[in-house]
Amino acid sequence: MSLTVQIKKQLGKFMLDVDFQAEDEVTGLLGASGCGKSMTLKCIAGIEKPDEGRIVLNGRTLFDSEKKINLSPQKRRVGYLFQQYALFPNMTVEKNIAVGAHAMPKGQRAAAVAESISAMRLEGLEKKFPAQLSGGQQQRTALARILISKPEVLLLDEPFSALDDYLKWQVEMELADTLKGFDGPTLFVSHSRDEVFHLCRSVCVLSNGKSEAMQSADELFRAPETLSACLLSGCKNFTRIKRLDKTHAKALDWGIDLEGVDIPESANCAGIRAHFIRPQPGPNQMECRVERVIHDLFSTVIMLKTPGGDSDWSLLRMEVSHQRWAALGEPETLTVSMEPADIMFLRETD
Amino acid sequence: MDWFPLWNSLRIAAIATVVIFFLGILAAHWIAKLPRVLKGILDVVLTLPMVLPPTVVGYLLILLLGPKRPIGAFILNTFGIKLVMTWWSAIFATVVVGFPLMYRTVRGAFEAFDKDLAYAGRTLGLSNSYVFWHIQMPACRQGIVAGTVLAFARALGEYGATSMIAGYTPGRTATIATTVYQYWRTDNDAMALRWTLINIAISAVVLLAVNLLERNPKKTSKRRKGAA
Repeated sequence: MSLTVQIKKQLGKFMLDVDFQAEDEVTGLLGASGCGKSMTLKCIAGIEKPDEGRIVLNGRTLFDSEKKINLSPQKRRVGYLFQQYALFPNMTVEKNIAVGAHAMPKGQRAAAVAESISAMRLEGLEKKFPAQLSGGQQQRTALARILISKPEVLLLDEPFSALDDYLKWQVEMELADTLKGFDGPTLFVSHSRDEVFHLCRSVCVLSNGKSEAMQSADELFRAPETLSACLLSGCKNFTRIKRLDKTHAKALDWGIDLEGVDIPESANCAGIRAHFIRPQPGPNQMECRVERVIHDLFSTVIMLKTPGGDSDWSLLRMEVSHQRWAALGEPETLTVSMEPADIMFLRETD
Repeated sequence: MDWFPLWNSLRIAAIATVVIFFLGILAAHWIAKLPRVLKGILDVVLTLPMVLPPTVVGYLLILLLGPKRPIGAFILNTFGIKLVMTWWSAIFATVVVGFPLMYRTVRGAFEAFDKDLAYAGRTLGLSNSYVFWHIQMPACRQGIVAGTVLAFARALGEYGATSMIAGYTPGRTATIATTVYQYWRTDNDAMALRWTLINIAISAVVLLAVNLLERNPKKTSKRRKGAA
C-alpha cells in the first residue's frame, strides 16, 4: 500500500517538480508558504491537473500524462482535509457526515453516521451548524466526514492553521490518535517543524516547488543535509563555507576557520542551532560584539556580530538561560565557541 | 376603476422573473467557467441592456421580433403567432432589461463562493450537480434572492421597451407605467396620480423586502447561537 507521486506543473514563475513515495504512515510535506505544498495535494486529489507525470495509489493509476489517464476527484478515493475544513455551512454536523457516507447502502448509513459521531466525540452536536462549533470540533467533524467515505489516502493541508495557539496542542494529540486508526498513507502538509516532528515518521522537504529526497523525521532534525531542510528545521545561524579538508573549512560569513567532524565534499555552507553556541572560550572560538539582547519568555536571546563582516549571516543568534546571561554581567563583547560535532555542514541547492 | 394595468404589470413581472431566475443562474454558472476573453465579451453583451436606453432595447427587439423581421416572420408563418403588440410581448422587454441585474448579482455571489467547499464535495464522491444544487446554491442563497428581487422590481418598472413592443391598448396591453403616461398625456391628472401612488406603494414594499432580506443572515446566526 503506497502512494507514488511524480508530477511537474508550471506555476507562474516557478516549476512544481515533486517526486516521492509515501508508505502506510504519516509522511510530512514540509515547506515554506507558497512553495507548492497545497498545489501538490490538489493534484493528487484531482482538483488541479499536473502538466506531466503520474500519480499511483495502491497500484491504481490516478493520473498518467503518457497514458492519458486523469480520474475525476470523485473516483480517486482521496480524503482531503482542507485548511479551513470546508464543512458545508448549510448542513448540520450530522448531515455533513452523512454526505460523506452517501455511497453506502441506505440501510447502513444512519448506523455508520452514529458510530462515527461517537468515535469522534461529537455527541450532542449532531444538530449544530459548523458556524456554531469550536475549531477543534470543526476539525473532528471534517475528519469524521472524510473517514466515513473510506478513502485510501489522507491529505491534510495545514490542519492546525485555523486554530488558536492554546487549542493546537490538544487538537494535535487528537489528530495523532485518529491517524493511528487509519491504515493507508497519510500526507501531512505543514510549514511548522514542530507539527511535522510530532506527527510524521518521514519527511519530504519542498523548496521552491522542488521536492528533496525523503528523510526520516529524526534524521531531518538531527542531521539535515540541505540548507532549505536545515532552515525549515528551525536553525537560525548559517555561514557560507569553503571546504579545506575532511575536518576543516573557512567560515566566510563568520570570519573564522571552522573545525568540524566529517565535512562532506559537497558542503558549501554550515549552520549551528542557537542553543549550541556557548558563551565561553573553546573550540571554534570567536570574538563577537553584543548587538542586541532580547529577553524571551524562557531564555535570553543575544544577537552577536561576528568578525566575518556585514552580510545578513554575519549576525549570530545565541540562546542561553536567564541565569547564565545574568552571570555574564552585561558584556559589550563576548567570546563564544562551538563544539565541532554541533556544526551541521550543508549543501545549498538552487 | 379599471384594475387591469395592475394585474397586467404583476403577471408580466412575475413571469419575467421566473424566466430571469433560471437564465441568470445558468448564465452566471456557465460564463464563470469560460476562458477570460470570451467571458469578457459575453459579460459586456449581457450587461448592455442595463445601461442602454430602454427605447434602444425596444427598437432592437422590434428589429428581431416584428412581424416582418426574421424571427417574428418565422414564428408568424410557422405557428401563426404574432410576437408583438400582445400583453405577453412585454415579457420579452422585461426579461432583456431585468436579466443583467440577476446575472451580475448571482455571478458576484458565485465568485465569492469558497471553492474549497466544492472541492471537498467532489473528493467525497458527490456528483457535480449535487455539489451545485445542494452546496453552492444554498451558500449563495442571499445573492440569488437579492438578484431575483431586483430583477422583479426592474421588470415591474419597465416602461420604454414595453411601450414600444407591446404598445398601449386599454384592457389588453396596458401596464401601470404605460397607463400613467397615457393619463398624463390626456390631462387626466387625478387618474395619473392614483396610479403613481399605487406604483410607489408596490415599489416601496419590494425595496422593504430587499432590506429585510439583507438583514436576515445576522438574525439567523443569532438565532442559531441562541439555540445553542
